[in-house]
Amino acid sequence: MLGFVIQRFIQAVGVMAVMSVIVFFGVYAIGNPIDIVIPPDATQEIREEAISRLGLDRPLIEQYFTFVSNLLQGDLGRSFVYNMPVLELIGGRLPATLELVLISVVSATVLGVSLGIYAGYRPDSWVSKTIMAVSVLGFSVPSFWVGLILILFFAVNLGWLPAGGRGETVEIWGVAWSFPTLSGLSHIVLPAVNLALFKLAMMIRLARAGTREIMLTDTIKFARAAGLSEGTILRRHLLKLISIPIITVFGLELGSTLAFAVVTETIFSWPGVGKLIIDSIAVLDRPVMVAYLILVAFLFVTINFVIDLVFALIDPRVRKGASA
Amino acid sequence: MSVDRSPLGKFWAEYRENKMAVVALIIVVLMILLALFAAVISPQNPYDLANLSLMDSRRPPGFVGSGGYTHLLGTDPQGRDLLSAIFYGLRISIQIGLAAGLVSLSIGTTLGILAAYLGGRIETLIMRLVDLQLSFPAILLALVIVAMLGQGKAQLIGALVAAQYAYFARTAYGAAKAERGKDYIEAALATPLSARLVVWRHMLPNCTPPLIVVATVQIANSISLEATLSFLGLGLPVTEPSLGMLISNGFPYMMSGRYWISVYPGVALIILIVAINIVGDQVRDQFNPRLRK
Amino acid sequence: MSDPVLSVQNLTTHFFTRAGVVKAVDGVSFDLARGEIMGLVGESGSGKTVTGFSLLGLVDAPGRIVDGSVKLNGTDLLTLPASDLRARRGREISMIFQDPIATLNPMLTIGQQMLLAVEAHERLSKRAATARAAELLTQVGIPSAEMRLRAYPHEFSGGMRQRVAIAIALLHRPAVIVADEPTTALDVSIQAQILLQMRDLAAETGTAMIWISHDLAVVSSLASKLAVMYAGRIVEQGPTADLLRDPRHPYTAGLIASLPAMTTPGLPLTQIPGTTPSLLSLPVGCPFAPRCDRSSEECQRDPEMTDQGDRGWRCFHPVTRPAEVPA
Repeated sequence: MLGFVIQRFIQAVGVMAVMSVIVFFGVYAIGNPIDIVIPPDATQEIREEAISRLGLDRPLIEQYFTFVSNLLQGDLGRSFVYNMPVLELIGGRLPATLELVLISVVSATVLGVSLGIYAGYRPDSWVSKTIMAVSVLGFSVPSFWVGLILILFFAVNLGWLPAGGRGETVEIWGVAWSFPTLSGLSHIVLPAVNLALFKLAMMIRLARAGTREIMLTDTIKFARAAGLSEGTILRRHLLKLISIPIITVFGLELGSTLAFAVVTETIFSWPGVGKLIIDSIAVLDRPVMVAYLILVAFLFVTINFVIDLVFALIDPRVRKGASA
Repeated sequence: MSVDRSPLGKFWAEYRENKMAVVALIIVVLMILLALFAAVISPQNPYDLANLSLMDSRRPPGFVGSGGYTHLLGTDPQGRDLLSAIFYGLRISIQIGLAAGLVSLSIGTTLGILAAYLGGRIETLIMRLVDLQLSFPAILLALVIVAMLGQGKAQLIGALVAAQYAYFARTAYGAAKAERGKDYIEAALATPLSARLVVWRHMLPNCTPPLIVVATVQIANSISLEATLSFLGLGLPVTEPSLGMLISNGFPYMMSGRYWISVYPGVALIILIVAINIVGDQVRDQFNPRLRK
Repeated sequence: MSDPVLSVQNLTTHFFTRAGVVKAVDGVSFDLARGEIMGLVGESGSGKTVTGFSLLGLVDAPGRIVDGSVKLNGTDLLTLPASDLRARRGREISMIFQDPIATLNPMLTIGQQMLLAVEAHERLSKRAATARAAELLTQVGIPSAEMRLRAYPHEFSGGMRQRVAIAIALLHRPAVIVADEPTTALDVSIQAQILLQMRDLAAETGTAMIWISHDLAVVSSLASKLAVMYAGRIVEQGPTADLLRDPRHPYTAGLIASLPAMTTPGLPLTQIPGTTPSLLSLPVGCPFAPRCDRSSEECQRDPEMTDQGDRGWRCFHPVTRPAEVPA
């Protein structure tokens, strides 16, 4: 298993390296590199001075290495708009996004898998059919529209929940979280539901398909032949067997949810990283854009790596290696 | 009553059995027609700035404007008749969705078949790239490209294509690879027939059914993605509002009860997307050999 | 014979598919004596596996048992409510399947799976249950049983996995074990081992066995009684030796004749011409008639089972001369 972990780790590092090259050349070669550092309205003099100071007239390869070394030291540049190091800027907003994403993802998975297993176990009941019909909607309808409707309904018409912003925060382990407070909770409900919808739909369909397939296998038949109760079969056999595809998709979808957070944060004015990037694109705050890309790539790679590790832990075939 | 039908005839006969899918298809066709004839049927040309009067802006449905006709769905912040704006918006959404879809289809299919046909290093290279791309969420990719290239129709389509060609590539690859392994392809390649002909006449037709399915889904996705981007302010310029932009325009007014500016374009968008998805689902079920009797 | 441990009367299982009704099992009847090993032989599509599933009530939708009775120790399993049936499955009657790799859950240890099977019917302390599991593993010929209990299925070879499945099937000393082609997926050398092992185990424990197979040669070395299935029905049954030496049904004769052992070396293998009919569109009358060189007008009617002592056959033109035996 150690070999597996090391191999995956090297792969992860490799992908990061490739991503850094892509981002670098994407920004420096396609765009005008100086625009990363200097606001668009600077004078010609300042531009030239900055170009030579920052070594932007050096060969591209050299620039790349400077870029990477800066990166590894945590220097991601300074934002034009906020005039502070980008790392600090992003760091300040990240907890909000993480909180939203985590709550969405966890609730979507737990609820989705439960509903999906039920739908797969009793596919012909009307409850199952309803679940499946609704899940189709979860897929096709664009999430920003759902957010809109949620706001219209719950915030404007019923007035039960706030239409945007983050509630009061509480500091745990040095980071500000909002869900422990009542106001925080009420603010996080709508955006979390909005964000969770797509993933929920996906988990329902996945769990249902997996359940139907697994229930027809010989493993389940044999367990039945041995006289195991349906409850035991579901708990001890099905859950274990279905965990592999669920976890795979969970990992993939985690990244996707991070991406969709961009939309949700915009609609609900949630002060996270997603809103930051949209605002930055609008005003061409390029250091922030670059840093965001790097961050996302990093998160992706990390998530994939962690998922691989989790596999190694739960699947005995990977854990123990080849058969005796 | 065993009339020998063409494959298309048989396909349609089976399709007809699902009432909902037929309704969905009618809706899609209707919307396409609305979009095509937008200029003719709209009571007002929403792009003609001279026509607009700010006095008419943000009026509720049923308001009779300065142009003398009833705004059936109200007006937007610029004074545009919402119904007309929706028709034009439909046109743009469908245009972009279709364009992005077709270009992705061509590029993706070519790549996929190429990879399956050539094999070896090229195959691994192409498919690795495709896999990498598939694991990256489409919206992020589109965001990044729009951010890098700026706004505009071509850039938008480019972003959408970049985000979606991978699905086509993977599907085409899978189907082509399955076909490539078959003996008759080997036999055909051994003949003096040009390789291009073999690919065109043999491998391509086998890929068509799954590609059609992916195409319908991806067109719906393109429309959805474009709407999302427009909503975020990263799509087309304000003067050519797609449905997403209309929704985004109306968003600030929702709190004050002027819901129609966002809701009606939204409803139009949803109907379009859901209808396309239903058609796509039915097509997919019909092509799936495992679900057949 | 004294009361049979298993008595099946007119078992009928149909599958209600979109394309039509598939009569997978169409009126199957047989008796099984205590400790007896019966071979259920037939080609794929003959209904033998579905018969096995029907005995345990494990038929998946769209299949359903529509008629008949399955009396185990006097109780008709088909009339029992689901919970009663489940209580008997694994305890009075159990089953092992063809592919040992698919049978065991790769994510649980052997011990965990065996314990689940024990706990399904008895409340034992974990230690007692583990001891029982280890005892059975030893009995089926797996050394170092306690250690092996902590292993995962993929650490075992195919033959060993099948032995584990057999051990699980024997945990509660059932009266009947249904074995659905248990050696088909294994190497030939392992096959022989498992065959012998099962025969000895059956003798030791007094367990009756129904051995389902398409391989006449394999089954005849083990079973004292044979039942030959074709298109969902038993077309012939009787003591193994009698059947092999003196088959009555043309299909049985064809099966025997097509065994490589029955062919003179150097001559082409005998085949039964034609293919098994689709169960969706069975011919009227005797289903074997289209392939039979003895068929006549009469065969347009469905032949009933003709009983003669402990033998039976469904044929209007039974074979009367003994099968050819090579010199």
